[in-house]
Amino acid sequence: MSEPLLEVRDLRVLFHGHKSITDSLRGTTPAAAVAVDGVNLSIAHGEILAIAGESGCGKTTLARTIMGLQTKESGAILLDGRELSTSRRDLRDHRKRVQIVFQDPAGALNPRQTIYEVIAEGIRVQKLPGDELERVAAALSQAGLRPPKAFFERFPHEVSGGQRQRVAIAAALALEPEVIVADEPVSALDASVKGEILQLLLRLRDDLGLTMVVITHDLGLAWAIADRIAVMYLGKIVELGPTEEVLTHPKHPYTEALLSVVPEAGRPQRIILTGEAPDPTRIPEGCRFNPRCPLLADEGDQPIRVRCLGESPLLRSVASGHEVACHLVD
Amino acid sequence: MNESVLSLRNVEITYQLRSGPVPAVRGIDLDVPAGSVVGLAGESGCGKSTVGNAILRLLPEETDVTGQILMQGQDILLMKGKELRAVRWGQASIIFQGAMHSLDPVKRIDEQIAEAIQAHDAKITPKATSQRVGELLEMVRLPARRGREYPHQLSGGQKQRVMIAMALACKPALVIADEPTTALDVMVQAQVLDLLRELQAELGLAVVFITHDLSVLTEICDRIAIMYAGKLVEEGDADTIFTQPSHPYTKALGGAFPRIGNLEDRFTPAGLDGDPPLPQAMPSGCAFHPRCPVAFDRCAIEDPERFPTPTGGTAACLLLGETRSRA
Repeated sequence: MSEPLLEVRDLRVLFHGHKSITDSLRGTTPAAAVAVDGVNLSIAHGEILAIAGESGCGKTTLARTIMGLQTKESGAILLDGRELSTSRRDLRDHRKRVQIVFQDPAGALNPRQTIYEVIAEGIRVQKLPGDELERVAAALSQAGLRPPKAFFERFPHEVSGGQRQRVAIAAALALEPEVIVADEPVSALDASVKGEILQLLLRLRDDLGLTMVVITHDLGLAWAIADRIAVMYLGKIVELGPTEEVLTHPKHPYTEALLSVVPEAGRPQRIILTGEAPDPTRIPEGCRFNPRCPLLADEGDQPIRVRCLGESPLLRSVASGHEVACHLVD
Repeated sequence: MNESVLSLRNVEITYQLRSGPVPAVRGIDLDVPAGSVVGLAGESGCGKSTVGNAILRLLPEETDVTGQILMQGQDILLMKGKELRAVRWGQASIIFQGAMHSLDPVKRIDEQIAEAIQAHDAKITPKATSQRVGELLEMVRLPARRGREYPHQLSGGQKQRVMIAMALACKPALVIADEPTTALDVMVQAQVLDLLRELQAELGLAVVFITHDLSVLTEICDRIAIMYAGKLVEEGDADTIFTQPSHPYTKALGGAFPRIGNLEDRFTPAGLDGDPPLPQAMPSGCAFHPRCPVAFDRCAIEDPERFPTPTGGTAACLLLGETRSRA
């Protein structure tokens, strides 16, 4: 693999709770929620990386931080080897090169703006040179809205759900970004429309060489479009590797469990974890997955148990490009 | 097994809005045999929840419902107050999507379950009621002490379990589950589905499972009916309906769920452009023809009847009629 285009280094993002009256009286501070806890990623030019996990695992926070929309506690985001600072100029430049597409286009697009205005706004903010109208038309047709002129004067609510998501993608494309972060790009869409949008994302990668980070809870979606997948649990990446490898030979017990509950006819054995995703303000000691880990529950071996309960596992390579953070995986 | 708990015969439902009538369901037939799970699937706005609500007569008063909705041979549409109350909960109950909004926030869980029991059996003693509440909580795998708690103290999955307990309170033969797992996280969804499946087998329940998530259906259903624009477009066996679809719409829906591990589904997503039609502006002929990849001239004129499919179901597509008449 060549030089990475986008890198995330040891990123930590915390959300500090509001101090309540009792906190003030007692002089205590509420525990911060650790949404992203030491994440490292490097994404190559033209690669599609999926980040998967349950709600609350920190995948959306990670996406927002990559965009520079969320302040980080520590760590770094690098684009082409250059670290993103917090200066306004740097952020503006960064947001031209890295664009985001949100889950629900009906909520993300301004209902009072025509589709032309929605797309032109970014071009004006970034003061891109050349003819604005041409740029808007090009972005719309790249997103598959043809002929583009037919959409200029329409409002987002006047087009179909799939077309609305295409408008959101066109608004991102208008800035000629290098990276697109797509946060659950199809989960608000009806089943028959989803495939079209995924097809569009793949075509943009092939035609424009775009790099993509796709946030999803749907492993099937990752299978359909991602080159690599990172599985997150409670703010940490627990498994990372080529999609085919990770989804057909999962190593981490959490990935195994997630895969086993993807509904499918005639699935042999399901691993249903008990309880719901845990609380990021109270991360368990040792491996954060240990309270729900089915492997650990079967493990009679004392020394390993002690490690799982006491020591947070690091990502280790198990095969080419395939990394797993688990003490119980050889 | 072949005795139907529920049969719909040519059911048409039209909402009366201030802006005019909205035909949401345009003539459907469906049978739910005792002890079986029938899935009713489709995209938002296809009329699937309208059907679910109509079965218990939960639609607004002024809504036009024609045809027959037979519950154990009795037409629900002809029933009056008292009869209808006996059917609701006693013969059939419904589990809604938003468990969190369906529970009363200021009442303890056990009181809410007890209310459902007492409403249908005025003579039941307090002791028998609390015993039944205990049984129900155990049935949905909740510790009895959780009964003393308020809804906000439970997680989303636990609240959905309470809703299931309430639905089973009066031992109905039929449960209508309207998107019961949609608002839940993947892992919790799997827990709730497992519970539903176990209870269904244990109690021999008939279930109408309404959802937009087809992958869930293939796991839990015996038969699946697919709705599009207020009509059933295909009905068939849950195991074959997506592997050997007969209707082009079913085919497109199946394509929206990539099979993990199947290399053919890598980098080849497929779908349909456009949206389902609005009930106020229904296309002529087959309602699916404007989006159909294999539509031909007759599709815009003729609304197809349902033809038998090779896998033992039925599908409303002129292409099926064509191949049959040629054979």
